[in-house]
Amino acid sequence: MRRLSRRAALAAGAGGVALSVVGWHGKARAGVKEAADEVAKFVGGATAEKGKISIELPEIAENGSTVPLTVTVDAPMTAENYVSDVLVVSEGNPNPGVITFHFTPMSGKAEAQTRIRLAATQNIVVVAKTNGGQFYTAQKQVKVTIGGCGG
Amino acid sequence: MAEKPRLKLPKEAKKGAVIEIKTLIPHAMQTGLVKDKDGKAIPRKIINKFTAEFNGKPVFSANIEPAVAANPYLQFTAKVEESGTFKFSWTDDDGTVTTAEEQITVS
Repeated sequence: MRRLSRRAALAAGAGGVALSVVGWHGKARAGVKEAADEVAKFVGGATAEKGKISIELPEIAENGSTVPLTVTVDAPMTAENYVSDVLVVSEGNPNPGVITFHFTPMSGKAEAQTRIRLAATQNIVVVAKTNGGQFYTAQKQVKVTIGGCGG
Repeated sequence: MAEKPRLKLPKEAKKGAVIEIKTLIPHAMQTGLVKDKDGKAIPRKIINKFTAEFNGKPVFSANIEPAVAANPYLQFTAKVEESGTFKFSWTDDDGTVTTAEEQITVS
């Protein structure tokens, strides 16, 4: 009886390992440096000021495979003054890139929502570029409980 | 071939209004990091680009990475000044482009 349950436990354990291999662990995590490198490429030597951006993410994501993300940048969105590009990077996924939104004055608002994958508890960094070449940045931490190895 | 995308936007709007557009395309978004049961990596295959145009002019677009969830969902806005047609397109890694169109009456 005891042997059986131990076997069952081992089988369950092996299943768990297989599952995590199937997930995001084929490759090392990108990390803070890779995310910073992506941001550096995006800003191209300019300095990004903090502010103007609001990031909506759940504080705790129960399922890292689909996490709703809304990014809003405070901008008039006129032909003279608008946010053109918004970069979203991850500090804890296998690759830093997540998505880049491109807006035009016809967007009306610099706001977009999508659903993203998060491999672990981490910071999401957002950098916005205006048509005038100014950059703004913000970041938000999200805790991932399932599908992220408890980060 | 990708399945039919889903769109949600108003059929009518007032001139100058900022409308909300929701789009979703069924797609597995294979990251290239996932392994099959034999331990072989499943090749990357994602929707890497989305664009939205209104009467031929760009409204919104996105460059998409594997970190976007399966069945990529995008919600964004558009300021409409005239009646016309929205055209949406999704580009797959294999080069397939799926398009969809929707009319709006602006008064």
